[in-house]
Amino acid sequence: MTGWANISQVKEKIAQTSAEDVTASYLERIRKSRINAYTTIWEGAIEKAREIDEQGHNGPLAGIPIAIKDNISTRGISTTCSSKILQGYVPPYDAHIVERLKDAGAIILGKTNMDEFAMGTSTESSCYGPTLNPWDKARVPGGSSGGSAAVVAAGEAPISVGSDTGGSVRCPAAFCGVVGLKPTYGTISRYGLISYANSLEQIGPLATCVSDIAALMDVIGGHDARDSTSVQTETMYKDALVDDVSGLKIGVPAEYFGAGIDPAVENSVWDAIQLFEELGASWEQVSLPHTSYALAAYYIIAMSEASSNLARFDGTRYGLRNEGENWHVMASRTRAEGFGAEVKRRILLGTYALSAGYHDKYYLKALKVRTLVKQDFDQAFKEFDCLMTPTMPTPAFKLEEKVEDPLALYLADVNTVPINLAGVPSISLPCGFTDGLPIGLQIISKHFDEATVLRAAYSFEQNTEHHTRRPAEVA
Amino acid sequence: MVYENVDGVKIGLEIHVQLNKLNTKLFCGCSTDYHNDEPNTHVCPVCLGLPGALPVLNKRAVEFAMKVGLALNCDIVGQTQFHRKNYYYPDLPKGFQTTQYDFPIASHGKVIIDGEDGERIVRITRAHMEEDPGKLMHIGSIEKSKGTLINYNRSGMALIEIVSEPDMRSPKEARRFLDKLRSILEYLDVFNGDLEGAMRVDANISVMGGERVEVKNISSHKGVEKAALYEIMRQKNFVRRGGKVVLETRHFDEQRGVTLSMRSKEEEHDYRYFPEPDLVPMRVADRVPEVIKTLPELPDAKRERFTSQYGMADMHAKALTSEIKVANFYEQVANLVDPRSAAVWVADILKGELNYRDVSVDAFKVEDIVEIIELVTGNKITERSGVEIIRTILDNGGTPAAIVKEKGLIKVEEDIVTKAVTEVLEENPEALQDYLGGKEKSLNFLVGQVMKKTAGRSDAKTTREMLLDRISKLPPK
Ligand SMILES: [Zn+2]
Repeated sequence: MTGWANISQVKEKIAQTSAEDVTASYLERIRKSRINAYTTIWEGAIEKAREIDEQGHNGPLAGIPIAIKDNISTRGISTTCSSKILQGYVPPYDAHIVERLKDAGAIILGKTNMDEFAMGTSTESSCYGPTLNPWDKARVPGGSSGGSAAVVAAGEAPISVGSDTGGSVRCPAAFCGVVGLKPTYGTISRYGLISYANSLEQIGPLATCVSDIAALMDVIGGHDARDSTSVQTETMYKDALVDDVSGLKIGVPAEYFGAGIDPAVENSVWDAIQLFEELGASWEQVSLPHTSYALAAYYIIAMSEASSNLARFDGTRYGLRNEGENWHVMASRTRAEGFGAEVKRRILLGTYALSAGYHDKYYLKALKVRTLVKQDFDQAFKEFDCLMTPTMPTPAFKLEEKVEDPLALYLADVNTVPINLAGVPSISLPCGFTDGLPIGLQIISKHFDEATVLRAAYSFEQNTEHHTRRPAEVA
Repeated sequence: MVYENVDGVKIGLEIHVQLNKLNTKLFCGCSTDYHNDEPNTHVCPVCLGLPGALPVLNKRAVEFAMKVGLALNCDIVGQTQFHRKNYYYPDLPKGFQTTQYDFPIASHGKVIIDGEDGERIVRITRAHMEEDPGKLMHIGSIEKSKGTLINYNRSGMALIEIVSEPDMRSPKEARRFLDKLRSILEYLDVFNGDLEGAMRVDANISVMGGERVEVKNISSHKGVEKAALYEIMRQKNFVRRGGKVVLETRHFDEQRGVTLSMRSKEEEHDYRYFPEPDLVPMRVADRVPEVIKTLPELPDAKRERFTSQYGMADMHAKALTSEIKVANFYEQVANLVDPRSAAVWVADILKGELNYRDVSVDAFKVEDIVEIIELVTGNKITERSGVEIIRTILDNGGTPAAIVKEKGLIKVEEDIVTKAVTEVLEENPEALQDYLGGKEKSLNFLVGQVMKKTAGRSDAKTTREMLLDRISKLPPK
């Protein structure tokens, strides 16, 4: 059984058999996997499932297997950010969302592969090697939460969580043909999420359908006193699942259909917008004039924060240590060996951007651009309920196609990073296929208006078949 | 008298004060009560800087910092803002220190000290909040130790760094400033200066308009005074020999009493400050009025009140109010006996004996000093015996009553003294004649003789009066 399934299908299966059987069959599938999407398989999952069978559990995710991105702390389960420098690190504590998931009865199957420290768009910079796209193993699954998207697409977990700093949930969701949400900044506690760029990132759910996204949000969303940026929200995400977009005002930002966009992607997105119109929504073009500066601002801010966030990995307390004649030599050797090329590149660029003499020119300027980008969105949302764009300008590209060209890789994020700069919510869901590769539609809304995003996405899903397609080898 | 400051000495201080009266650390729930515990037992993911852990600002720490700012007559910032100060060091678990940068919690204050020539204002540039790093330890000496041990119990303790303008003109003024600051902090009940590492000072010292030299991490007030004395002498000699003082950082070797060069300022780190994304601003401006209400009476106000309420000399008021414990002790005593006698006994005598032994006023009971004062003012024992009782209690313990009894300190009956006076006058006719002939000093001799006869149990003042009375009644010869 199992494979591609949503929560209610898994629940049905558990009722017919047991949580243990379901978990065992997922683990079986994972062991046979050829896409390299898991970094750690948690063998305790079976026992946990058995416990739920024996003792019962009335949590909303009782017995539902889930995969967790390798940058989210799990007590007693290795958490490495797919980096050599964190080899051997086993957190002594659970991230807030992991606590919530456990309380809800979810069974952790394991940790998923990612770009090292979430720095990438292809999951190729992992120290465990790349994850392959289940739709075409010669292609990347997107990144940085490539593992989390791929396991859902390949039926190796019904649901998963990733993190999205500049598109890291939505990009792989688009490339793997699943649904992924980047919630409003502050909606989900980051406590336990290993920081890459704190001011930009949010944990986000991935699933085969919009209702599962809402179900996961109801479990992992909400205030946590341990994250000062976490916000008190009252949203009941499941309530947003209404198949009705009549009167919905959609803005279509011209800047997101710029040069380099794949014609098939452009067509699919326009088809989707047309469908919304048929369902009772209206659309108009809108301009977000500062979009072209967003990418540069994003990378400066993200790299600056990263250069500081990653300073703690010095071999002193946990993870890899390469000895040296004194502490500084030890720390240098550890970092030289422990970090991959992309991580080093970003630390160096971030350090540079914050340095005396350059701080104002780069970091401060980037903050100003960020404000302008945010204002673009505020302005747009005065007129529109949501915006629709392609998530990625192209379908999944080939493995190694962009490894040697970091700039080309950065450019792939052009439609996702402005959303993180602004802090607004956005979802990616399948809206078509080209040459057997999925295409993602991005729906963006204003701060804390996940309800509109989910309602639009749910309505689209109810009136289309894209989300029912699955990779050839998934039963 | 105006202090000339011929060497053009300028001293500015940066004082790191641990807000160790808080129950928990600055950004996590770990207990601050680690001083007697094993290393690394007061730690959690946050203060160990484990991946994924996030800081949460301790609201009470902010309140403590506001109190300090207000007591130093500072302006309080509208909302808190923290930055990251990035540098690598093994005691720094995150690879950066979370600190306040361009928006310190308090700024533009002042403290009044007893300067070289009367009251002197020392301006406070700023006071900002930050976290303490862990502590490095070596087995044996740094050179011989096989490795470095790190204790993170201290990591994340709330510090307030107080920065003064270079308004002090002598090492003595620097010391007085620190004494005053400690006094204020203890009045505020935010700080226990007796705990190890509670206050660390960096001193910026310059002479004759030259560049300043920073002497880092001095752990005592006395050390600051000594370091400044040494540094002034060193800089003066250097300039005299034609040298030019450059910006540099020096280390104070407390044992040898000398400062040693660490690094020149040009090599200083670029800390790459940027706003801490994991903390949101906390509005504090609206809380100022409520915090002001919680401020206790501070040393200067108490000193004034003591002189007016108890009619004591300003000298005594100053001595009694410099330490909150002593001030509270005094007021308890003053409620039970004559406040002026109490002032003399506590400020002049008891405090001296305590300082001599380097113990705090906690070592003495209010009821004991009250009993001693009553014995003296009731003329039961001499002043000297009173002092002796204090010393005995401090050195060996016991109660005033028991000590009086054991040492036979009750003043002898007057007729014994009367008898001694008669005998001394009979035995020393020459001295008597000398006195009558105008030699004042001879009277002292006679007083001494009487006291010798009574084995010191009569006091000089009474003896003197009795002798004069008797002499005036002698039949003329
Ligand atoms: Zn702690």
